[in-house]
Amino acid sequence: MTPLVVSIVAAIASVLLIVVVLELIRSGRLRERYALLWLVTGVVLLVLSLWRSGLNTIAGWVGIETYPPAVLFAVGALFVLLVLLHYSTVISKLHDQNTMLAQRLALLEQRLRERS
Amino acid sequence: MTEVVTESRPAGGSAAPAAVRRIAIVPAFNEQECVADVIEEIRAFDPDFAIVVVDDGSTDATAAAAERLGAHVVRLPFNLGIGGAVQTGFRYAFENGFGLAVRVDGDGQHDPAQLGALLAPVLADEADIAIGSRFRETLGGESESFRSSRTRRMGISILAWTVSLLVRRRVTDPTSGFQALNRRAIALFAADYPHDYPEVEAALMVHKHQLRMTEVPVQMRERSAGRSSIGALASVYYMVKVLLALFVGLFRKNVTPLEEVK
Repeated sequence: MTPLVVSIVAAIASVLLIVVVLELIRSGRLRERYALLWLVTGVVLLVLSLWRSGLNTIAGWVGIETYPPAVLFAVGALFVLLVLLHYSTVISKLHDQNTMLAQRLALLEQRLRERS
Repeated sequence: MTEVVTESRPAGGSAAPAAVRRIAIVPAFNEQECVADVIEEIRAFDPDFAIVVVDDGSTDATAAAAERLGAHVVRLPFNLGIGGAVQTGFRYAFENGFGLAVRVDGDGQHDPAQLGALLAPVLADEADIAIGSRFRETLGGESESFRSSRTRRMGISILAWTVSLLVRRRVTDPTSGFQALNRRAIALFAADYPHDYPEVEAALMVHKHQLRMTEVPVQMRERSAGRSSIGALASVYYMVKVLLALFVGLFRKNVTPLEEVK
């Protein structure tokens, strides 16, 4: 069975995560599309911390018998991986766009210089 | 030799074709010592060639050296790597209506005196892209003048074998950047060109787009200044990366070449 303290601490941490992400969105420092994964992470972790019997059941499904909160770590780690992967795609796209901008800029500058 | 090539026209161009406008694309990164020689050698081969030097974010006087000789200079605001630089050249060639492009690297390893042989199959409309190969035999015999480290040659032959398998024809020098291209090939590469070490993946692109590719035996020179962009450990990384890119490239959606604006 999950110790009560673990559930409380995990719930507080999840709420903190959600609040921080919401504040970042509100103040315009984080775009919604990139915040979505973080919000889902926070909500899922919050649900799993509060819904204690559910956590035990899920732990049973995946064969964790001794320490159900390990599910919290696993889910947390999974979401962090997803977020990182998502960022890799974002960076790749930005990189391509950056290259294209540099090329267009260089060609435009060249045209301007030859005109003057 | 030079005059013959200058005069020749694409086969079947009986309807009084305007001479194809030609351009030499010279990618250069910190090549202030070499780039002037390269420009002069291209002019010595054929003064009608337009020359565009793509300065890939050099921190030395590469651009100034090229401008002094009257070449068109496109200065990238920061270093994009050879793929990004060469693509810039293709874009320039496409946007300015050139029908024929050759790539001659600014480090001097490509000898402009050999452009005649490289251009021949493209001018004769037998190929959309001709690639200068260090490893293809000349008619007379072996073309083994190329000196390179054993590891690098082994790497090249692994790539050559893989590429040959993928494009179902013999490719001996898939890393060669010494190339001549017609407008069809220019339009394709202006739209999309691989990054980092692009020639290998480009060979696959050419195959997927059903362009005609041919290899021409050439000799390359030692780099007169500067260092090769590929070190020992880096070349292993390069191999793995290129093989991965080739594999992924097989399943990638084809890009659309740039459209001609009428």
